[in-house]
Amino acid sequence: MAQFTLPKNSQYTEGKTWPKPAEGANLQAFRIYRWNPDDGANPRIDTYYVDRDDCGPMVLDALLWIKNNVDSTLVFRRSCREGICGSCAMNIMGKNTLACTLGIEDCDSDTIKIYPLPHMPVLKDLVPDLTSFFAQHAAIEPWLQTQTAEPETEWRQTPEERSKLDGLYECILCACCTTSCPSYWWNGDRFLGPAALLQAYRWLIDSRDESTGERLDNLHDPFRLYRCHTIMNCANTCPKGLNPAKAIAEIKKMMIARAV
Amino acid sequence: MADNRADARVSMRTPLARVKGLGASGHGVEHWWIHRMTAVSNIPLIIAFVIIVAALAGSSYQEAIAIISHPLVAIILLLAVLSVANHMRLGMQIIIEDYVHDKGLKIMAVIANNFYAVIIGVACLYAILKVSLGRILV
Repeated sequence: MAQFTLPKNSQYTEGKTWPKPAEGANLQAFRIYRWNPDDGANPRIDTYYVDRDDCGPMVLDALLWIKNNVDSTLVFRRSCREGICGSCAMNIMGKNTLACTLGIEDCDSDTIKIYPLPHMPVLKDLVPDLTSFFAQHAAIEPWLQTQTAEPETEWRQTPEERSKLDGLYECILCACCTTSCPSYWWNGDRFLGPAALLQAYRWLIDSRDESTGERLDNLHDPFRLYRCHTIMNCANTCPKGLNPAKAIAEIKKMMIARAV
Repeated sequence: MADNRADARVSMRTPLARVKGLGASGHGVEHWWIHRMTAVSNIPLIIAFVIIVAALAGSSYQEAIAIISHPLVAIILLLAVLSVANHMRLGMQIIIEDYVHDKGLKIMAVIANNFYAVIIGVACLYAILKVSLGRILV
């Protein structure tokens, strides 16, 4: 059956409360998930205090401030700090989002809670194992496929055809949507998940691609595609404001269009 | 070095091989389409069913048999049973596929679900036909 409770070795315990910065008057508390694969202990929730007057405005700034000033062992992914690389995706105040584009102010809470992306194997602290997620992206073959002899210049499309990729090409593969999806939690080994399916639709709808039928064949499966039950967590959580649920619905419409 | 694999029972197949698994089964669209179609047909049929049940309330045995024996009423009831039982079967299979992950248990649950829907459906059809055609056949 689907697993509704955490296994014993994943249940978290109360962790360490780190000292408040000495003279910092403007403090913001953070409760952060910690787990170290090497010490054999259960995950724990550590409490940190950040001096807002000494720290940038975003949640990622606070994490970096903690790492620089309080606890250098805190592990998380980050790179671009402007919402384009997708590295710092994590669960902040119960919602998957990018730490770099979410303001500390916008959390509107005395204690900001930060966990890794849900229902993925954790490698350490806030770093989930996304191996399977990226393999699912690879499985939908996210590149232009053609049989016609290559043109001497670029493959051409009209402005209207190009506009169909809007709302799809912006996806940065941060995994916020896929890890927010209950269908993916229960059947992540067979359901491709919203991110991979949005990418699949991005190639299905590309006017230059010549493998539309093969792509649909590759998705025609009760688990790969039809585990989506339009729960809409994906659209709700996407930090880029995209709508994977709509892309999946469009794939289902394409399936009907060629069957009925 | 510690074995940090999320699940040490997992084989050394590549992630892509694991994701691709046995490949796309090539079905699913019909299940989805018929589930949606029966959802649409359920709307008028269940409304009609409720009206028929309301009309039966308080009537005598003879009056009740007379109402159900009316061809239009009997046909609506037969259609309602077919539509609802089929919708139930398809929907329940989705729930089983979502939540039951043990392979043997899943197959058993899917078989039981199919048997259940057919038995319930046939029992309802038999009851409606017996009541509505009873006078003719006796």
